[in-house]
Amino acid sequence: MDTASIIAFGYVIASGLFIFGLKLLGSPATARKGNMISAVGMLIAVCVALLDQGIVDYTWIAGGMIAGGLIGAIAARVVAMTSMPEMVALFNGFGGAASLLVGWAALTPDSSTFTLITIVLSILIGGVTLTGSLVAYGKLSEVLGSGAVNFSGQQIVNSLVILGVVAGAVLFCMNPADPTFLYVVIGLALLFGVMAVIPIGGADMPVVISLLNSYSGLAACAAGFAINNNVLIVAGSLVGASGIILTQIMCKAMNRSLSNVLFSGFASVSNEVT
Amino acid sequence: MNGAEFLLFILMLSVFLGFELINKVPATLHTPLMSGANAISGITVVGAVALAGAGDPTTSKILGAAAVGLAMINVVGGYMVTDRMLGFFKKKEG
Repeated sequence: MDTASIIAFGYVIASGLFIFGLKLLGSPATARKGNMISAVGMLIAVCVALLDQGIVDYTWIAGGMIAGGLIGAIAARVVAMTSMPEMVALFNGFGGAASLLVGWAALTPDSSTFTLITIVLSILIGGVTLTGSLVAYGKLSEVLGSGAVNFSGQQIVNSLVILGVVAGAVLFCMNPADPTFLYVVIGLALLFGVMAVIPIGGADMPVVISLLNSYSGLAACAAGFAINNNVLIVAGSLVGASGIILTQIMCKAMNRSLSNVLFSGFASVSNEVT
Repeated sequence: MNGAEFLLFILMLSVFLGFELINKVPATLHTPLMSGANAISGITVVGAVALAGAGDPTTSKILGAAAVGLAMINVVGGYMVTDRMLGFFKKKEG
């Protein structure tokens, strides 16, 4: 078997283990085993990815892996049981940031329009996930105030940010050689993540983190399209879809609707006015 | 075989699978499930590895290495935190 087939085969096995692991995570008796199985899938995926023929230099990879692995392991060990949700938010933010960077690094002068669109999507979703998760972390850990932040004209500002993102994305796809629009999209995506989460109160943060978790999956999926990698697409969209369902279930458990949670801050403003 | 339409086909099937996998999850498992799924989203590390290991250009190498580091925090931290949470549940119940 040549290297390319080994890599492809490894990705198939990893995808299967992710699916099986997620399934087992859904019931109490098997949840811990499910997590192990999905971790084994990740190990296989990373090991075969290292066989890639395009890799000529392992120093940077080793540096990133050792630094990231150590930080993650230490953070997971020292965190108090009561601070788990904000730790998950923080990890999630880093995952989003990684997808943003992969999308950015995938940009080459001869990228096709389809690739450019997927690059923009991974930067956009990854950026929103990063800053959104950081704000969620800040609210839960009370580094930031846990209350909803509202100011007059907030909806106008948000609309302008969205318009700016769309305009920046279109201009970037039309002029991929000019990095200005790329930086505009990155900046506005980061800003949008903050704006989307600040109007939501601390008590609703678990639902928001679940939604952002879904986003980080979608960001990985978009990055998969940008670099033509199917295990990223499978794993990313699995997380994206199951994250949305989990968010719905969590909302139902709180007797709320998702839009009620997401727009609760704005609703309280209009209630005060009336 | 790796054309855009093939990738979109994979996307569609995975999305439906993701929807189907999660149903009737007891409330105690919400946070561990979220955390376990979050660890999977660190799969970006696989893409980052190829970019960080490419000979040039240097920009994409640096971005790739940073992405490897960030994604590894997500992967290693995510799986370990999930395992700790689930281990805690077992002890409490037993």
